[in-house]
Amino acid sequence: MSSNSQNGRPLLEAEHVIKYFPIKRGILIQREVAQVHAVDDVSLEVRSGETLGLVGESGCGKSTLGRCFVRLYPLTDGQIVFDGQDISKLSRRQLRPLRRELQMIFQDPYASLNPRKRVGSIVGAPLQIHGIGDRGQRKRQVQELLEKVGLSPEHYNRYPHEFSGGQRQRIGVARALALRPKLVVADEPVSALDVSIQAQVINLLADLQEDFDLTYVFIAHDLGVVRHVSDRIAVMYLGKIVEISPAEELYERPIMPYTEALLSAVPIPDPRESAARERIVLEGDVPSPINPPSGCRFHPRCRYATDVCTQIEPPLVDYGNGHLAACHHPLNVDKETLARVSVDERRTPAEADEAAKPTQPARPAG
Amino acid sequence: MAAFIIRRLLWMFVVLFAISVLVFLIFFATPGVDPARQMAGRNPSAETIKSIKHEFGLDRPLPVRYGLMMKHMFISRDLISYGSHTRVIPEILSATPVTLSLVFGAAVIWIVFSILTGVGAAVLRGTIFDPFLMILALIGISIPVFWLGEVVNLVTQSRLHDSFLFSWVPPLGYTPLTQDPFMWFKQLLFPWLTLSVLYIGFYARVLRANLIETESEDYIRTARAKGLSERRVLFRHTLRTSMITFVSLFGLDFAVLVGGGALLTEVVFGLPGVGLLTYNSLTSLDLPVIMTTVVYAAFFITLASALVDLLYAWLDPRVRLA
Amino acid sequence: MAEPLLEVKDLKVSFRTEDGLVRAVDGISFTVDEGEVVGIVGESGSGKSVTMMSVMRLINDPNAIYEGEILYKGRNLMGVSQDAMREVRGEEIAMIFQDPMTSLNPVYTIGWQIEEQLNEHNDLKKGQARRRAMQLLSQVGIPKPEQRIDDYPHQFSGGMRQRVMIALALSCNPDLLIADEPTTALDVTIQAQILELIQNLKSEFGSAVALITHDLGVVADIADRILVMYAGRIVEQGDKEQIFYDPQHPYTWGLLGSIARLDRPKARRLTAIAGQPPSLINRPKGCSFRPRCPQAFDRCRAEDPQLTAKVGEGHLDACHLSVEDKRARRDATINPRLADTA
Repeated sequence: MSSNSQNGRPLLEAEHVIKYFPIKRGILIQREVAQVHAVDDVSLEVRSGETLGLVGESGCGKSTLGRCFVRLYPLTDGQIVFDGQDISKLSRRQLRPLRRELQMIFQDPYASLNPRKRVGSIVGAPLQIHGIGDRGQRKRQVQELLEKVGLSPEHYNRYPHEFSGGQRQRIGVARALALRPKLVVADEPVSALDVSIQAQVINLLADLQEDFDLTYVFIAHDLGVVRHVSDRIAVMYLGKIVEISPAEELYERPIMPYTEALLSAVPIPDPRESAARERIVLEGDVPSPINPPSGCRFHPRCRYATDVCTQIEPPLVDYGNGHLAACHHPLNVDKETLARVSVDERRTPAEADEAAKPTQPARPAG
Repeated sequence: MAAFIIRRLLWMFVVLFAISVLVFLIFFATPGVDPARQMAGRNPSAETIKSIKHEFGLDRPLPVRYGLMMKHMFISRDLISYGSHTRVIPEILSATPVTLSLVFGAAVIWIVFSILTGVGAAVLRGTIFDPFLMILALIGISIPVFWLGEVVNLVTQSRLHDSFLFSWVPPLGYTPLTQDPFMWFKQLLFPWLTLSVLYIGFYARVLRANLIETESEDYIRTARAKGLSERRVLFRHTLRTSMITFVSLFGLDFAVLVGGGALLTEVVFGLPGVGLLTYNSLTSLDLPVIMTTVVYAAFFITLASALVDLLYAWLDPRVRLA
Repeated sequence: MAEPLLEVKDLKVSFRTEDGLVRAVDGISFTVDEGEVVGIVGESGSGKSVTMMSVMRLINDPNAIYEGEILYKGRNLMGVSQDAMREVRGEEIAMIFQDPMTSLNPVYTIGWQIEEQLNEHNDLKKGQARRRAMQLLSQVGIPKPEQRIDDYPHQFSGGMRQRVMIALALSCNPDLLIADEPTTALDVTIQAQILELIQNLKSEFGSAVALITHDLGVVADIADRILVMYAGRIVEQGDKEQIFYDPQHPYTWGLLGSIARLDRPKARRLTAIAGQPPSLINRPKGCSFRPRCPQAFDRCRAEDPQLTAKVGEGHLDACHLSVEDKRARRDATINPRLADTA
C-alpha cells in the first residue's frame, strides 16, 4: 500500500508479549481468582512504512495488543522494542517523549472526543502538552491538519456534536497526527461508520500514510476492510496470532481454517458470486479468554478438528514467502511444503514451539 | 450474592468502629481541651470533675479510655447525661419510637405523592400540567421546613384552631401508638405533612427526570414494538427501571432522618424524638448524649446504606455479578 | 396478482425543529409482498429507519407530521386507532433493532420478556408461554435454552442478544419482520450467522422481511428486491439482479464501489462518495444527490429527477442521464482503474 515499505526494518518488535487482566473475588480482601488471557504470547514485528492489519473477532485481544504497542497498558510479560528502544518497562514519565512517536486512533468517534472541548483544542492538545510552538503557531498547525484530513480550517471553533460520525473520525485522525508520529495504531477506526463513509476514511488513511511517512497497525474485525490498506495481515484468535501473511497471499491462500472462515464471512456484493461460493458459518461465540480451550484454541469451532487439535497447541510455522500459520491441518499447502515444515506431533507444545520458532525473513520477501 | 452481603456487613462494622474512634478523639484527644471539664457540663464543681476523671480513667492511655467509653455506651449502658443526670441509653431508646413514627409516616406520604406527581408530570409532558407540577415541586423544596412548620402551627393551633377545620388538632406533643392510636395519629398528621413536602418536591422532580430519560432508551422502544399497552410500558418497563435511582436516594434520605435528621420538624412540633434530643444536647454541650447520638445516627446511616446497596442489587441484575 | 402485504403510498414524514422543517421522508412509495425480502439501503440520515418506524407508528415525537398512506393488508395504518395499532405490533408486524446491547430491558430475564409478548397477544395457559419461549430460543440457535431462559440480557453476548431479539420478534408469527440494521453493531462473523438465521427463519415462519442496512453487501444474498434511499427519497429500486448487475443511479454505483470486494483484484482506491449527505431542511431545487455526483450536469441542478422505469419493468431510478450514458460511465465508477491494480 505504501511505497515506503522498501525501508523494511522493524519499527516495532513485540516478543512474547503477554497481557492478562486479573479477576478478583473475595469478601473483604479481593484476591485474584482467575485471569483474562487477553494477549497470550504474541511475537510480531511491524516494519517501517508498512501497514500491518490485525484482524480477529471481538474478544480476541487485538485491541489489547494494540494498546500494549503504544504502552497504554503495562505488560504482564514480554518485550516491546520500539525503534530500537525497549519500552516494555518504562515508567509513564519516561514514556512521555515517546508518545510523540506512537499514537492511536480509536474506534468510537462519538465517545473518543471530549464533547466539552472545541475541535481546535482537541487537535491542538498534543502540541500543547509537548510544548510545541506558541499559540499562534499551534493554531496554524491545527488548521493545516484539519485541511489535510478533509475538514475546513473554520471547523477549529466548533464542538464535536456538530459533526457527523465520519467527520469526527477525521478529527480523531488529525489529533493522532498532530505530533507527526512514526507509528499509528488505528483501533477499528471505521467499524462504527456507514460503508460509504468507511471508504472515505480508508482512502484518507492511505493518502496520509504517503504524506506523513507513517507506519500503521490497522485493527479490524472485517477482512474486507483491511485488504485495502494492509501490506501484511496478522489474524488473532483468543489472544494468539494464528496466521501472518503478506496481504494478497492471505486472501488467495488462507492456511488456517479460522482465516478461511473469516474470509467466508465477508459479504460479497454480487449475488451470483456470493451464492456460488462456499459459506462457512462459524458456530457459536468466541469462547471466553478466561479459560481458553486446550490444544488449538480454535478446535471447538473448527470443522477440520481432530484429536491432536484438542491436545497440542500448534506452533506458528513458516510456510515460505513470509506466510506463517498455526494449524495441525493447514489448508492450501502443497505436499512439498508440508513435508518441509512438518512438525513432530509427539512433542510437547513447548518443544514443538521451540523447534518451530518462526524463521521470518528480516527483509520483506515480496 | 452471599459474599456481597457479608462484605457489606463487615464494612459496616469497620465504618462504625472508625466513626466511634473519630468521635472519641474529637472529644478527648483534642489538645487544649480538658475533657473532664467539658463533660462536667456548665459550672462544674471540683468533685464532679474529679469523679469524672476517675470514672473515665482519664489518666489512663487513650485506647483504654476508648475501651471504657465503649463499655459505658454499649455494655453496661450506664453512660450518664450531665444535663439531665439520667442515663443516656434509655433516653435515646425512648426517643427512638417518636422519630420512627414521624419518619415512617412521612415516608409513606412522600413516596405515594412523589410517584403520583412524578409520573403525572412525565405522562402529561407537553401539557400545562407538567410545568405546573414541577413548579409546585420546586416550591416544596424551597420552603424551609421550620418556617412551614411554624406557619402550620400558627394556623392549626391558634388562628384557625377554633374553626371546624382544625378544632380537632391536639396540642403539640407525642402520644405513643400503644397508648392511644387516635391521638398518636392526630398529633403526627401535620408533622408528617410538613416533613414530606420537601421530599415530595425533590423526589417528584428526580422521578420525572428519570422517567423522561428512560423513555428514550432502546428497550422502551422494543416494548412498544411488542404491542404492549402504554400503561404496561409505563409501569412495568419505564417506571421499574427508573425506580432504581429513586430507591437508592430514598434509602439514604430515610436513614439520615431516622438518625436524627428530622430535628427541625421535631423541634417545631415538640416531638421528643432523637432529633430533639440531639438539639438539646448540642445547645447544652452535653457530651455523653452528643457522642451517643452521633454513634446512633452513624449506625443507622451505615445500616441503611448497606441495605440500599443490597436493594439496588435486587432491583438491577447487572450489579449482582460484581 | 395478489394484493401486496404492505403498500406505502407517497409517504412523507417531517419533523418541526428549531432550525426548520426536517423532511426526513419526502414522498416514497413501495410495496412488500408476502414472503418477500426487501432490502432498504442507504446512509445514515437517508430516511430508511424513519420510514419503517412510521409503518409501526413507533415515532413518539409530537413534532412529527405525516402524509400519505401505509396500507397493510389493505388497511391504512395511518388512520387506525392506537389500540388497533397495538394489536398489529408484535403480532402482525414485528421489528428488531440495531443495537442488541440496549434493546432488551436489563432488569427482566429474557424468558420473562418473551413470555410478556406471548401473553399480550395470545391467551395462553400457565406454562404454555414458557414452553413456547424455550422452543423459540432453540429455534434461534441459543444453546441450552432451559438454562438460558432465566438469564438476564447482560449475561449474553451481542450476537446472542440479537438472536433473542429475533426470537421475540417471531414469537407471535408476524407476517412482516422489519430488521433495522440488525447486524451493524456486530462482528462480521456474527453478522454472517445472524443473516443466515434470518434467512432460515423467514422460510420456516413464512414472514416477509424488510431489511434496513447501509451495506449493499449484506443484502446480496438475502434480498429479493432492493430500494436505495437517499435524502428521504428512493433513488433506485429493482430486484436483486437489476440492482447489482445493471445499477442505474450514480449513488448506487458509489455504494457498490465503496465496498472492499474480496472477489476482485484489489483496486488502487476505494470509490468513496465524496462529501456528506445533505441537510434535510430547505431542500434545494434539482437532484439532491447532485453536489456529490461525479456525473452531474446542467439539468441536474434545474430539474428534480422523477423515479421512473427506464430500463426494465420494476426497475426504477431517479436520474437524468440516459441509459446508454449510464452504462458507459458506470464501469469507471464501480470498477475503477483496474489497470492500477497494486
